Amino acid sequence: MLSRVAESIYWMARYIERAENTARFIEVNLNLVLDQPMGVDQPWRPLINASGDEKVFDKHYEIADADSVTRFMAFDRSYPNSVISTLRNARENARSVRESLSSEAFEQINALYHYVNAEARSGVVLDSPTDFFDSIRRHCHLLTGILDATMSHDLAWHFANMGRLLERADKSSRILDVKYFTLLPTVDSVGTAHDDLQWSSLLFSISGFEAYRRQHHMIRSESVVDFFLLHPEFPRSVLFCIENTEWSLAAIARGATDERHAVAANLVAEVRQRLRETEATEIVRFGLHEFVDSLQSDMNRIGAAITQTYFR
Amino acid sequence: MKVLAAHLVDTGRYHRLRCRLGRRAQQHSPTGFSEFLRGWRGTPCDVVRTCNLYQRANTVSVSDPISFADYEPGDFFDELIEPDNQARPDAAPLVEVINRLPSGDLLRRQAAIERSLHRMGITFTVYGDTSGTEKIFPFDIVPRVVGWMMWRHVEAGLKQRIKALNLFLDDVYNAKEILREGLIPRDLVENASTYLQPCVGLKPPGGVWCHVTGTDLIRDADGAVFVLEDNLRCPSGVSYVLQNRAVMKRNFPQVFGSCRVRPVSDYPSRLYETLQSLASDRVADPTVVVLTPGIYNSAYYEHSFLAHQMGVELVEGRDLVVKDGFVYMRTIEGPQRVDVIYRRVDDTFIDPQVFNKQSVLGVAGLMDVYRRGNVALANAPGTGVADDKVVYAYVPEMIRYYLNEEPILPNVPTYICQRDEDRKYVLDHLDELVVKPAGESGGYGMLIGPHSTAEQRAEFAEKIKHDPRNFIAQPTLSLSRMPTLIDGVLQGRHVDLRPYILHGKDIWVLPGGLTRVALRKGSLVVNSSQGGGSKDTWVAAEPGHGDVDTQTDE
Repeated sequence: MLSRVAESIYWMARYIERAENTARFIEVNLNLVLDQPMGVDQPWRPLINASGDEKVFDKHYEIADADSVTRFMAFDRSYPNSVISTLRNARENARSVRESLSSEAFEQINALYHYVNAEARSGVVLDSPTDFFDSIRRHCHLLTGILDATMSHDLAWHFANMGRLLERADKSSRILDVKYFTLLPTVDSVGTAHDDLQWSSLLFSISGFEAYRRQHHMIRSESVVDFFLLHPEFPRSVLFCIENTEWSLAAIARGATDERHAVAANLVAEVRQRLRETEATEIVRFGLHEFVDSLQSDMNRIGAAITQTYFR
Repeated sequence: MKVLAAHLVDTGRYHRLRCRLGRRAQQHSPTGFSEFLRGWRGTPCDVVRTCNLYQRANTVSVSDPISFADYEPGDFFDELIEPDNQARPDAAPLVEVINRLPSGDLLRRQAAIERSLHRMGITFTVYGDTSGTEKIFPFDIVPRVVGWMMWRHVEAGLKQRIKALNLFLDDVYNAKEILREGLIPRDLVENASTYLQPCVGLKPPGGVWCHVTGTDLIRDADGAVFVLEDNLRCPSGVSYVLQNRAVMKRNFPQVFGSCRVRPVSDYPSRLYETLQSLASDRVADPTVVVLTPGIYNSAYYEHSFLAHQMGVELVEGRDLVVKDGFVYMRTIEGPQRVDVIYRRVDDTFIDPQVFNKQSVLGVAGLMDVYRRGNVALANAPGTGVADDKVVYAYVPEMIRYYLNEEPILPNVPTYICQRDEDRKYVLDHLDELVVKPAGESGGYGMLIGPHSTAEQRAEFAEKIKHDPRNFIAQPTLSLSRMPTLIDGVLQGRHVDLRPYILHGKDIWVLPGGLTRVALRKGSLVVNSSQGGGSKDTWVAAEPGHGDVDTQTDE
């Protein structure tokens, strides 16, 4: 398999996952804001903060409200992480490796891009944003299904899988981080219905509310953190993503005697081990935001190692 | 209908769509409209596009079914309809089927085909448009039918021609006998910019230089076939031949039952076979790749399509590297050897060490490996010298010289501006002639005399006097026409035909080809860059020949 093709497939999957998660990001806040008590200052600000792109936003927009944040994160063609930009990148990557994908997969990426592009130009999205973001999610699920059901689970598939999971791990941790930036009205609000609501909407945004309820019944911050970061079976938890990345990396390196395969694999194993040995209570004590921060730099290192090993 | 309505309400588009469609469409033909919606599948943006098309169709003719009854073949040779408005024998079943379609059916199918092409991403980007608009290459639903008798003639003529052209290429880069005998002026060949010095003395396998050819044919007012151009470098368009057939079979299956159409779907396997046959005998299981300039090339879709269909890697220059006299591609498991390269990069860009120093599309050292016989290239570099528009004028001579045969397919009469006599005639008759620059393709830089202004003619007269070697002129032929669906009515539009020829161990002509159609009324320019579209091309099977495309086979 060509290195360039591997790289394009990896990025194609990452960009699609990024678009999906950005859509989830916005959707969760839309719900959250509806339940926000009056007088909360700038309920859209946390989203921008958690994205890590405040500077870009502030340069082009004056205030962070539903309208400006949606425009920025969904339709701003000059912002590289907006839904439309990431989908364009995904499609460019797919186009350059079209012959390595199934026709169905390419057509689905194409359809998704055209759908968002048409909505971006029509400008009616803001009338019913939930439908729009919901559709993006469905489109992405369909694509995942198509990739799984129409492609050999060969090297190309494993690179796509890895791209998807690493991006997802990063984004799940960022969604959790939104909570850190979302200030409660007063210190007394911790543990109130309002606090509960915030944690629940985070769970909704990773489609994990039901799975969480089945296991924990009650909303407790430690349990939510555990579910997001340390759940071994829920497919959007960071641990799950890391363990499956490890599996795909092993499949790619299978049969290879080359030493260089080990670099990325060792890094992933290290992160997996650390997550396995950590308790949610420790994370909360240590500082959730700080922990998420260190996780993200770990994942950046994994990404860099994969690039170095397979794409250069 | 319910599903669609619900979906539209869901996406908040129902109201807008209704406004957009207007009451007009509904008033005119409510049943037609709901029938149209019932058949609808796709995303909301498809729906709007389709509805626009439907509305356009409705404003033109709502109740009249589209038929050939009012079709005007005019003073041209028409590919489907004879002057007395009867269908030509091979086209009769097709014409019959179309005439009997219910009202609106043909338009609906045309719209469905356009949707398919869009969904498959067979589109090109509109340059300078930042909103991401993409267009499909226009496709017309009325297929061209080529009778088996004519095809037999064309096939024989093309085989003869490509054989002579390959002998010519091998000759001018080696013994140069044809030049020594003075049949073709030496300076014409050796000073052509397409004559590549680094190729002198090369001996490609089997003496074949040009493995993939797409020859442009036209028919005049009497229906006689002429060769307009030999495309011997990187001819494109064959993917459209295959895709046009595929979408026609999907969206208009019943017409295949009526005509005995020869299939085209085996082109990729034939191409693969041809390419594999070029590898050195020392290689047991040769690795074939397709070399593309990348996704921004206008033919990128085709490169990707062919690689996909053949199941080989599509590589860019940066994926390849030369080491120890061989070419390798960079894979995640390290370098892997490549034996045959189907190059879709222009020959002067394939190796910056030998040709264009600035090229980033090629592979440094590739020509050296090629000379050692460690990699095969299709087509061989240097073939451009034989499709120079001046050299073209000598192809009939080549056929007589190398094969000792009379040309089966004639050239279009050509005036060579370098000859004093011809030049004088050309300058005196600029308003009647088509003037073409020798080295250009794609329909660029031409003067079409009858459609030109005095200013343009004066400009060309200067150009010709300044650089006579670079120009030829041909009479303006009244190209044959085809019924084409324009604004909801069948109208005659000019067409040409590009069949594809593969030359490995044997010569094989794909039974079909790309029919390009000039969609602008009266226009003779069929190039897609200049408002041309394409049609499916049906070669009728010979009587008793069983190999035909049916609606069930895919």
